[in-house]
Amino acid sequence: MYEAMVTARQYEERLQEEYLEGKQPAFDISAGPIPGELHLAAGHEASGAGVCQHLRDDDTVTAPHRPHHIAVAKGVDLKRMTAEIFGRETGLSKGKGGHMHLFDPDVNFACSGIIAEGCPPAVGAGLAAKKRNTDSVAVAFLGEGAIDQGAFLESLNLAAVQNLPVVFVVEDNDWAISMPKDRVTDVKNGARRADGFDMPGTRVDADDAVAVYEAAREAIGRARDRNGPSLLEVQVHRRMGHFMGDPEAYRSDEDKAAAERRDSIDRLESDLRAHDVDDETIDELRSSARERVEEAIEWAKEQPEPEPAAAHEDVFSNPPSGVTDSEPNVAEPEAGGDD
Amino acid sequence: MAQQERDPAEERQTDRSLTMSRAMVEAIAHEMREDDEVFYMGEDVADYGGIFDSTEGLLEEFGRDRIMDVPISETAYIGAAVGAAQAGMRPIAELMFVDFFGVGMDQIYNQMAKNTYMSGGSVSVPMVLTAAVGGTYNDAAQHSQALYGTFAHLPGMKVVVPSTAYDAKGLMHNAIRDDDPVVYLFHKRLMGIGWLPAPDGPKTPVPEDDYTIPFGSADVKREGTDVTVVTLGLHVHRALEAADDLADDGIDAEVIDLRTLVPLDTETVRDSVAKTGRLVVVDEDYRSFGVTGEIVARVAEDGLADLEAVERVAVPDVPLPYARPMENEVIPDAEDITDAVRAARGDE
Ligand SMILES: Cc1ncc(C[n+]2csc(CCOP(=O)(O)OP(=O)(O)O)c2C)c(N)n1
Repeated sequence: MYEAMVTARQYEERLQEEYLEGKQPAFDISAGPIPGELHLAAGHEASGAGVCQHLRDDDTVTAPHRPHHIAVAKGVDLKRMTAEIFGRETGLSKGKGGHMHLFDPDVNFACSGIIAEGCPPAVGAGLAAKKRNTDSVAVAFLGEGAIDQGAFLESLNLAAVQNLPVVFVVEDNDWAISMPKDRVTDVKNGARRADGFDMPGTRVDADDAVAVYEAAREAIGRARDRNGPSLLEVQVHRRMGHFMGDPEAYRSDEDKAAAERRDSIDRLESDLRAHDVDDETIDELRSSARERVEEAIEWAKEQPEPEPAAAHEDVFSNPPSGVTDSEPNVAEPEAGGDD
Repeated sequence: MAQQERDPAEERQTDRSLTMSRAMVEAIAHEMREDDEVFYMGEDVADYGGIFDSTEGLLEEFGRDRIMDVPISETAYIGAAVGAAQAGMRPIAELMFVDFFGVGMDQIYNQMAKNTYMSGGSVSVPMVLTAAVGGTYNDAAQHSQALYGTFAHLPGMKVVVPSTAYDAKGLMHNAIRDDDPVVYLFHKRLMGIGWLPAPDGPKTPVPEDDYTIPFGSADVKREGTDVTVVTLGLHVHRALEAADDLADDGIDAEVIDLRTLVPLDTETVRDSVAKTGRLVVVDEDYRSFGVTGEIVARVAEDGLADLEAVERVAVPDVPLPYARPMENEVIPDAEDITDAVRAARGDE
């Protein structure tokens, strides 16, 4: 668990460096080796690691727009994920998805950048497991800003009435871009929303990865034993802006400082030390994580960019007849006007 | 987000230039001062000032009751705008990225758009739905669509797509005063935000006083005799760039900015094609069943004899890819437009 958390943190620190390249001194979102938005998850690691520790490859995870820590913990191919973020041909999605849309069918991991819209597909994965009579489970991750969305509430209900093996994990980092939690919900303890669907709801406060691990064991075990869905809310902290380039003018310095102080990684590290894990072991875990990260980044950067024409492929798995993968050549007059 | 310092002396000058976002905000502020029934709600519109600066500075003047941050619940707050509008208020609801329309779409096309009709005209829905559109910054398929055609296809909503600060202000005044629901789609690349640099064109002189631009009045942004290029939004600027390049080769392109899709100014387009004989339609939306097909059809319906050649330039029916080489491939640029113009002329 510690390894997954440290890998995720180091990974994102490196992504941040790479992202800022070409965007200095003037921040231009479309410049540099990693364009588009980038949402980093520093401060969220405990939930990804604590939950995914209990999952197998055949269990499904759907992640939201802030997916890296969950992907790392679920065992998504780090190299191909990195290549995807760099928009390379050998990326998980051949450069079509980018950082918010990571798909790794080998470990049943999928993403959506639309708030709460990963919940219904997780319910569907649970439904498939039930129909096929397997003991795999599905976990949908979402932020506390997403719990007002219909897709989440409807998914809780459907999973409950169908008694499906689904766990909903809410990562409460107190912020939804610039909106503090108290401006978007009157229910401070999000786990209480489970009551409305007659399913168990648990909240883990204080960025405690061990407590997340315990609570997730209970919820996932319940799902695996076909005892139905549950809701788990985890207090995490957003140590950075909502996305890279967010100046966070809406956020007080004290709030930022508080988020920095409550670091689940530091906390787990002291727990480990208290359990007599020595410095050497911790250093080893850290340096092996760093090596893996570095290797993935170096590999990704060496990968080729996709050919422009590849943009026309993959719209369908089974293209209907008459649909071609290539663009009609509009500049060819002898074709007698295009199409 | 940097709060821009406004210099009142500078603002009084009639030839002051504004970014498109400032021009939009100026119109909204004016309407809010004039009419207490106007209010604005959306995600991150208060303290943040809108992710694309669409409400920058409004919270300070109007407070949280009128510049409302709402939970991430598009169905609820867009629907609430419909309800408030039916109660006689004039809400503006912001959908941060147009791509999120699916979440609140029932409220948009079954309630907002249809209640006037279904009530036999006894109910009106005087609201504005604003949304950011467009790609060109590699944010992939869920954050880069234009979707102009989707909204224009569904009856009951007026659809506005400004391309300059001057137009953005005038069209916003209309949109808020209009008794019907208006979908106001602004392209991120035109807003003039620091992190998403705009081309030169959209920052224009903007009069300080309020003024309106009638819906359904396309603007001839460049006159020409050889070919008519019809477009909207960001692609007005790409078409103008293409027209400049073509002029170097002695080809004189007329560039028409539609400004509104509903109502659509078919007459200006037809008149232009009657003059040039050649039509090129450029759109950042998907090619099939969209703006390009509609414009060609309208010209053909009444002016088939004038049409010597037609070309369409649009996104070739693929979701917007993330990686730069592929995004560049599918979003039309100035060169795609010059190629299409040459093809329409039958140039080798
Ligand atoms: C349906 C929809 N509405 C709005 C957005 C824009 N948006 C992206 S992230 C975000 C805030 C999400 O907050 P939260 O769920 O708490 O997750 P966090 O970013 O804090 O991890 C918003 C409003 C979106 N992507 N999808």
